[in-house]
Amino acid sequence: MGKLLTVKALKAYYKLRLGEKLRAVDGVSLTLQEGEVLGIAGESGCGKSTLASCLSGLFFPPLKYQKGNITLDGIDIIRTDKQTLRKSILGKKISFIPQSAMNALNPTLKIEDFVADVMQEHEPDLSREEAIKRAEERLEVLSLPKDVLKAYPFELSGGMKQRTIVVLSTLMNPEIVIADEPTSALDVSSQRQVIELMKRLLQMKITKSMIFITHELPILRHVADRIAIMYAGVFLEVGTMPQIIFDPRHPYTKVLMSSIIVPEKGMRERKLPLITGRPPDLRKRIKGCRFAKRCPYATDECRMREPDMEETDGRKIKCFHPLKGKEIKQNEVI
Amino acid sequence: MKLLKTLLKSKKFIIGLCVFLLLLFGSLIFTTISSHDPAEMIGFLYEPPSKEHLLGTDNFGRDVLIELIYGMKTSIYVGLLSGIIATFIGTTIGTTAGYLGKTIDNILNSITNLFLVIPSFVILILLSVSLRSRSLTLLAMIIGITSWPWTARAVRAQTSSLKTREHVNMAKLNGEGYVEIVLKEILPYMLSYIFMVFVLQVASGILSEAGLSMLGLGPSNTISLGKMLSWALLYEAVRTGAWWAFIPPALTIAIITFSLLYMNTGMDEVFNPRLRS
Amino acid sequence: MKLSNNTRLEVRELTKIFVSGRRKITAVDQVSFEIHEREIVSLVGQSGSGKTTIAHMILNLLKSTSGSIIFDGKDIKDIKKKIYWRNVQGIFQDPFSSFNQFFVVKKVLRDSFKILDKSFNNEEKDKIIIKALESVNIDPGDVLEKYPFELSGGQMQRIMIARIFIIKPKLLIADEPTSMIDSILRANILKLFEKLREKQGTSIMFITHDIGLAYYVSDRIFIMHRGKIVEAGSAEQVIMNPNHTYTKGLIEDVPTLHKEWILTKRS
Repeated sequence: MGKLLTVKALKAYYKLRLGEKLRAVDGVSLTLQEGEVLGIAGESGCGKSTLASCLSGLFFPPLKYQKGNITLDGIDIIRTDKQTLRKSILGKKISFIPQSAMNALNPTLKIEDFVADVMQEHEPDLSREEAIKRAEERLEVLSLPKDVLKAYPFELSGGMKQRTIVVLSTLMNPEIVIADEPTSALDVSSQRQVIELMKRLLQMKITKSMIFITHELPILRHVADRIAIMYAGVFLEVGTMPQIIFDPRHPYTKVLMSSIIVPEKGMRERKLPLITGRPPDLRKRIKGCRFAKRCPYATDECRMREPDMEETDGRKIKCFHPLKGKEIKQNEVI
Repeated sequence: MKLLKTLLKSKKFIIGLCVFLLLLFGSLIFTTISSHDPAEMIGFLYEPPSKEHLLGTDNFGRDVLIELIYGMKTSIYVGLLSGIIATFIGTTIGTTAGYLGKTIDNILNSITNLFLVIPSFVILILLSVSLRSRSLTLLAMIIGITSWPWTARAVRAQTSSLKTREHVNMAKLNGEGYVEIVLKEILPYMLSYIFMVFVLQVASGILSEAGLSMLGLGPSNTISLGKMLSWALLYEAVRTGAWWAFIPPALTIAIITFSLLYMNTGMDEVFNPRLRS
Repeated sequence: MKLSNNTRLEVRELTKIFVSGRRKITAVDQVSFEIHEREIVSLVGQSGSGKTTIAHMILNLLKSTSGSIIFDGKDIKDIKKKIYWRNVQGIFQDPFSSFNQFFVVKKVLRDSFKILDKSFNNEEKDKIIIKALESVNIDPGDVLEKYPFELSGGQMQRIMIARIFIIKPKLLIADEPTSMIDSILRANILKLFEKLREKQGTSIMFITHDIGLAYYVSDRIFIMHRGKIVEAGSAEQVIMNPNHTYTKGLIEDVPTLHKEWILTKRS
């Protein structure tokens, strides 16, 4: 198992009117191994969606690249020109499914027209029939109905549309799929079907690795191998799924985990953490730890200096006073 | 206030507004301080432009430039008044139909459609012909009364979509009645749109007046840009090559409508998120 | 938690059929249930199940096709709307669109006094507003002169709840009140609903698609599917021991933390 994707100290910002900078991604490092699903979770506005779009290497205004590296299979994505990126990397090596992709389908085109367009852009020699045939085969392999290709987007249910999007964006067997909130706005059964499909793509080795961005932690519990918790433009804790979900050490991760509400035994007796305040304004320079203002354990040190990301037992934490395992027990479920 | 601030960000709007205001105030100020009588015959018929008469004289030997300025005032007055009337009627009918729905909507919608199908210019001509004396205000009112249907239609569509918004439900739960809800909860959301339509109505009002006047159905006892064109046509300015009698008024009409349409485009860019980039 | 058995609201064979052209869509089909005093219930269903239609009918914002809604023993058709809304109020999903964006918070909250039978002058109103904002943990000085778009979703939703603290209705219909709020702030909002019940004895009906949330907050749960209530009972019973196949499937579809998620089920 090798490293597929490495991101080092990536910084990107939105250029706002009046020249202000909104530092949405403010120094993020991550690695993605072959065969791995990395979950990225955080509240709305934490920068997780921005991070996802950065990873495609295309920085659409007002989003601007500031510094850092993204290396995909030895290729420096940021220094690759956009033409090459579009033609031979996006869709082939790395595929990005943006948040509202399913609503972005052109309503006047049948799905098959869309397939032909996209495939031919990457492989100009491919005939329309060939492209559609490939899509048909892929749908068959994944035991999905072929007739979706003949349908217009509005004829498909939300869940079916999202599954179609997932299939179409993996037609060229990309090594990495980056999915931004692929299940939000779907009802629970469609949600499950989309996740099932994504897992199948991994099992069948159609794609090697996945980055799954969501605010729904219970889903990550079932799909992610590792989870990164993002807050105000940075990762606060990165660890394996069990480490993050069942044994969080960063106070923020802890708060996040104990505010999960799921229908299971003991839930009704559980106390939810009452935390107030808002994440810091990313337009301003932040002094100290980004969570300090809302953190019950914050000390003067936290407010003065930003802690570094430190690694212990295979987990990385950006905190001066990480919790110890014991404190977790008192609020654990069951 | 916020509306105005956002509008002032659009160059097109500012340019259109400046041109329009320049023409409006130019004509207003000139007509109040000047001692010229536009109807006074100061020369011979169709004198070409000269130092004394910058745009020459018309078929009655009147100064074209002075006529032009008075005519401009008339045209803008007719445009504004007819625009206000059309917008008011259109908005009232549109919001009522859209908000109340059902039978009332059906009735009002039929009326609106009826007005849309009957060519308004024909009504205008018929109405104008049947009136013995046509004052400016009356003419503006006639134009206003025949040109509201498009506004009503657009406002109705917007109202029926706005009334399902949650803040409208909230207002109902506060016990607010129909009039209050339309005025407080629905109209403000359409204000920018109505303003846009209003500007278009002003432009089309000016054009309608010009059209009617050219046909000889213009206001009695006043000068308007359309009447100038009508005279030029009637007294063969085109054939005699007296271009100064018809090009300046035609151009002025074009400039006024252009400034208004330019304002409209500017507003569209500001208010319509799809065009903003 | 004391539950009285006095019925606050009773819904009897409520039906709503939408007609568009020749098509008839039965959004709500012969639904019956009741809500007791001081009770928190949840109406759970996926999108299109008809739950929001029921909410609108109970709030008297939409007329039913047939069936009746009885509030405190009286058919709501026989209750003056103004008096009804003094007693039955609503909170909607999107706090931003629940507010007229042209008005500041103070004006919006002052407007809510209109439904009350007593008249207040502005000074009295502001006193009550300040108290209400304090009970939802908002510093009045922070928000009173602000426009909705200057505030966060969490603040806005708390202001909506402050409005309920002003009106003090007997029944509150809360349509997805936390779906636009980050999970980390959700607890604060849920706490406020509890407080409403504790302090004012308000009965609350949550309309939600979130089964976990319904399980966590409700005394009783009604599961809705295609316009019908397919299962009703105590939260514990409906979620932990569902009877109906639809309920069972629905609960299986929700990922939890400690149970494996069955992903390969065919449907």
